Amino acid sequence: MVDQYMLEIRDLYVYFRVYEGISRVLDGVSLDVCKGERVGLAGETGCGKTVTMKTVMGALRIPPAIIPKGEVILDGQNVLKMSAKQLLQMKGTKVSMIFQDPMNALNPVFAVGTQLFDVIRFSNRHTSNGGKLSKKEILNRAITALDEVRLPDIKRILNSYPLELSGGMRQRVLIAMALVNGPSFLIADEPQTALDVTIGAQILDLLSELVRTKGISVLLITHNLGVIQETTERVNIMYAGQVAETAPTALLFENPKHPYSQGLLASVPRLTGGEIAEGIRGMVPDYTAVPSGCRFHPRCDHALPICSQKKPPLLLVEPDHLVGCWLYAKEGDAE
Amino acid sequence: MYSILVLVGLSVLIFIIARILPGDPARLALGPFASQEMVARLRHRMGMDQPLYLQYVAYVGGIFHGDLGLSFQTRRSVSLDIAHYLPATFELVLVAIIWVLIIGVPFGVLAGRYKDSWLDNISRVVAFVGVAVPPFVVGLIGQLIFSYGLGILPTTGRLSLLTPMPPARTGLLILDSLIAGNFSAFGDALSHILLPSLAIAMTGIGQITRLTRGSVSDVLGKDYIEAARAFGIPNRYVTFKYMLKPSFIPPLTILGLTFASELGNAFLVEQVFSWPGMAKYGIQAILRKDFNAVMGVILIIGLAFVAVNFIVDVLAGYVDPRIRIQEES
Repeated sequence: MVDQYMLEIRDLYVYFRVYEGISRVLDGVSLDVCKGERVGLAGETGCGKTVTMKTVMGALRIPPAIIPKGEVILDGQNVLKMSAKQLLQMKGTKVSMIFQDPMNALNPVFAVGTQLFDVIRFSNRHTSNGGKLSKKEILNRAITALDEVRLPDIKRILNSYPLELSGGMRQRVLIAMALVNGPSFLIADEPQTALDVTIGAQILDLLSELVRTKGISVLLITHNLGVIQETTERVNIMYAGQVAETAPTALLFENPKHPYSQGLLASVPRLTGGEIAEGIRGMVPDYTAVPSGCRFHPRCDHALPICSQKKPPLLLVEPDHLVGCWLYAKEGDAE
Repeated sequence: MYSILVLVGLSVLIFIIARILPGDPARLALGPFASQEMVARLRHRMGMDQPLYLQYVAYVGGIFHGDLGLSFQTRRSVSLDIAHYLPATFELVLVAIIWVLIIGVPFGVLAGRYKDSWLDNISRVVAFVGVAVPPFVVGLIGQLIFSYGLGILPTTGRLSLLTPMPPARTGLLILDSLIAGNFSAFGDALSHILLPSLAIAMTGIGQITRLTRGSVSDVLGKDYIEAARAFGIPNRYVTFKYMLKPSFIPPLTILGLTFASELGNAFLVEQVFSWPGMAKYGIQAILRKDFNAVMGVILIIGLAFVAVNFIVDVLAGYVDPRIRIQEES
């Protein structure tokens, strides 16, 4: 059963040392991605999505970051205990990333080909069959990769600088870079946000299709619930560095349990019209002075006395549906 | 194209300024006891009795033959005078630019890469001191410490009196002595140029260090650096290839300005070190209203400035495809 997981995050705490003191960003985050599964991580801006992602990529700078507790297990290996060399070998070949803003994720002063060739060249230095690739082999792989993301006129694109490509083309190039070394796990950080809606939709379709045919597990990070609903099988709702709720996507959209998830879903405008979205009162807390207990309680309409005293555990409310909220606690759960 | 316009504008401007300044250069050159006739004769010989526009046409016509007119002061051709004094100044500024490049750029890169480390703090102090303290003061303090105090560096001039001049090829003593294979003259020239060139370079070192630091730390925060790392490119490779090239663009673009300000600095520093360069000649010319000489000096400096900026533009286009592609389309 153990190796059914691609990614297991267990009770992860990440703090940052800042001028004002200690910023307690992640507070016991746990989430899983099974092999071949596409999982969403949703939450509003500043809820810790990016920090979670950077921790998984081993890209947090320590210090100022501190990881007092927790495990991040990627395909059976604890990322937090990896050496720099192991991390380097993992990137590109085992786990890769798609960035939010394709305008800034390509280096403006190098041709697209130069960047893609380097990605191919370096990642294959560590693979078990090892050895350097010939220039021709690198070029062939680059062409295949760009062909897979349906870019036309590949020879021209390889010689182009990023500024000569449109946003959608750049994102396609970045997807090609992310997938060229055959990773089994992909973190996509809002891959459609910075693009026009129609182009964004095309990119998402392309991405869904590629990961499905290649059997890649995906963690999709976004604040766009519509995207989550369309592209993922399971979803984690995150609030202020805590996982509020996790369930199969269809189940959660049908029957959200956590007051925060309910508020989040209620604030999505609907094509069918009706009332304007109500939103959730208040703001994400300041991480240097977070509320005690459940971090959502100051904004929650259903808060109980215990909510401000003790952090709720993730409770199983129905099969495969976990909620971190005291409202669903049975007697004895508070112990 | 713009460069030519700049030079034409510059020549008109200095020509007019030189003519409308009060005081008669012929009278100044001949002294108070010269007769009215002698002054009139000199004015005629210098073409000063002609209408202004004819004077300008004659002047510009002369430029194309390498003739910048006669100097009142030395009674020699201004072109010859400048050819005599220019190499010394050129050598000084060239060495100063080299200091800026080999001290300012690496220092800035390290300070930006290791932000808020002790190295960054040192670079900050050095940069602020470099920018805040006038170059001639740096020169004086340098003389005080290394020449009078420690006695290890000479105070003035380009070469010791006892060292024979190497045969002139480029006019740059460092190069000439190397070409002649005369290493004692080379060392002597180097020890003479060390203090004045560093004094001139201080401002530039400060500016370039700060600018490079800022641009390195800026680039390090960009997504494309994080992306390159996420795709499995080793850190060191990311630093030396993907970080450095975009970081060099801002410092490169202001290098032309640094050169201009160093030429300006050279005027005072040359005085401090009795450096036999353009400064001495130019300042004398200004005081005596020797306007052919003044115009010649300014024109040469303008020409050098335009040439350096042209080179900088070409280099910037080479480093940054955004500039190159914009110009092509």
